[in-house]
Amino acid sequence: MTGNLTLALTVGVLYAVGTYLLLQRTLTRVVLGLGLLGHGANLLLLQSGGPAGGVPFIGAAGGPSGAGTADPLPQAMVLTAIVITFGVSAFLLALAFRSWVLTGEDDVQDDVEDRRVARRRPDEAAATVRPEDEL
Amino acid sequence: MIRVLLPLPIVLPLLTAGLSVLLSRRQRWQRALSVLTLTVGVVVAGWLLHVADTAGPAVVQLGGWAAPAGISLVADRLSALLLLVSALVLLSVLLYAIGQGVADGRRSTLAVFHPCYLVLAAGIALAFLTGDLFNLFVAFEVMLVASYVLITLDGGAAQVRAGMTYIVVSLLASTLFVTAVGLVYAATGTVNMADAAQRLAELPDGVRLMLGLMLLVVFGIKAAIFPLFSWLPDSYPTAPSPVTAVFAGLLTKVGVYAIIRTQTLLFPGDRVTASVLLTLAVLTMVFGILGALVQDDLKRLLSFTIVGHIGYMLFGLGLYSVAGLSGAILYTVHHIVVQTTLFLVAGLIERREGTSSLSRSGGLQHVAPVLAVLYLLPALSLAGIPPLSGFLAKLGLIQAGTADGGVLALVAVGAAILTSLLTLYAMAKVWSTVFWGRVAEVVSDPDPTDAVQVGIARTPRLMLGAAAFAVVGGLSISLIAGPLYALTSRAAADLLEPARYVQAVLVTS
Repeated sequence: MTGNLTLALTVGVLYAVGTYLLLQRTLTRVVLGLGLLGHGANLLLLQSGGPAGGVPFIGAAGGPSGAGTADPLPQAMVLTAIVITFGVSAFLLALAFRSWVLTGEDDVQDDVEDRRVARRRPDEAAATVRPEDEL
Repeated sequence: MIRVLLPLPIVLPLLTAGLSVLLSRRQRWQRALSVLTLTVGVVVAGWLLHVADTAGPAVVQLGGWAAPAGISLVADRLSALLLLVSALVLLSVLLYAIGQGVADGRRSTLAVFHPCYLVLAAGIALAFLTGDLFNLFVAFEVMLVASYVLITLDGGAAQVRAGMTYIVVSLLASTLFVTAVGLVYAATGTVNMADAAQRLAELPDGVRLMLGLMLLVVFGIKAAIFPLFSWLPDSYPTAPSPVTAVFAGLLTKVGVYAIIRTQTLLFPGDRVTASVLLTLAVLTMVFGILGALVQDDLKRLLSFTIVGHIGYMLFGLGLYSVAGLSGAILYTVHHIVVQTTLFLVAGLIERREGTSSLSRSGGLQHVAPVLAVLYLLPALSLAGIPPLSGFLAKLGLIQAGTADGGVLALVAVGAAILTSLLTLYAMAKVWSTVFWGRVAEVVSDPDPTDAVQVGIARTPRLMLGAAAFAVVGGLSISLIAGPLYALTSRAAADLLEPARYVQAVLVTS
């Protein structure tokens, strides 16, 4: 199977940028990052069918199984994947908006466990210090 | 007949989910519709299991397109068995949710709950039945989209925070899944699992290993195995208890099923993957259960035990023997039922005490002795006390591990026994803090307007009945353990001979 270098590089850049944005603290950037990652994955799926070619219709030049026609299966799969990405992105945006309404900021909230550990530390420090204070 | 009945567990809930949206103002009709749909699901799943066990894998080619091009639905022993168990669990959780909803009278969230729950049921059924890798991705998405709505059903700050983590992690896994499917297609030119199984065998070892490990990472995120589990205890406990119960029982197990299916069918008997699986199994068991020991919140504690016990299923798979796989399947069946039951009972405890914090509860055995019994039986089963189902499933796995005799397998046997003991400790800790001791004051509901009503002395009969039904279901696994173990052994033998599956799919086309 031959690949297309331009498309392969585009896939790589989309993954890199998507991953970078996903690691940010701002929710909108996380959402955008997931969108870009999704585009990268869809492009890769499209490319897995091999090089572009003629229309895979019965009756078209070359016929459905003739040489030089495009592989229609990855295109059908990409369409499905795009629809799914679209729906989930819409839900994610709604949720990010809800988070903004509730908390007033656009940041990823702290982890519950982290917050508990952070809260516990001063207490424990206080517990070890206190007897000395009393002396 | 099979052409109609095999797609039914997928198509029927999707159709009735649509109807359910139309009926959102008629609560009674909506409830009746959901119960009816899931009851039909149980009957059909039971029949499919019978057919798969007596006549071999049942196969339907959707739309009449022949196998490598079209989408095949396959019900072999493993998928039919898990389909039946999940249908039973979905039904009992639905009854519990109806009991809770009727008691609390929350109209708006309930109207959304029913359609989403049915879509979830359809997604789970499709994931078990599909014989096509891309269709498996669609099944995961159907299931996950429904679960996104269910986990944020309440729309409060905690749910949105937890839901965000859950959705971002799931989406990342889905993106990896699409990538893996693309690479499999690029390498083999097919996404039909039976067809891919034949063509993957012709690939160079390195390429095949890379594809296998990539799919393992994807399903590992869904199944919450060792380095990829941290999203689970953070997101599950915030949802309403019926939702958490069904997620805990089924969603991770769909990931486990996908791991078992792909590793046995597409990448059979790879030594590298086998040792990776056994190592991950040990780490998952130990880290999961150690996490559970230090929790103060009952639901968080139970969420960590899910992670710990996923390790047992990986352990059985990593052995790649009939006994090991049979133990893994039996463990999956046991764990689906028992973990769901524990979360249902945790919901009842929280409702009664007003909190799921262990340090703020106490003396519940004096005020609610029935709850104490309902908690104790599945808790002991999870820890593996004979003669309950957990003991039988663990015994099967440990015997398979010692029969294997490899160093990693013996380490995993040790980890399995340690995890079992630590589970008993965690369950006993819950017992002594929640049920023994002084009767604690009921904590008043911090937010009386949300979907979860707590701190109520009276437990609705339907909720209690549904939880009791689940407990009895767990007990009956030990009663039918003999025939069930014979069935899982036959299913395991099928898995180790992928040629039968491949032939069934490709010949019917």
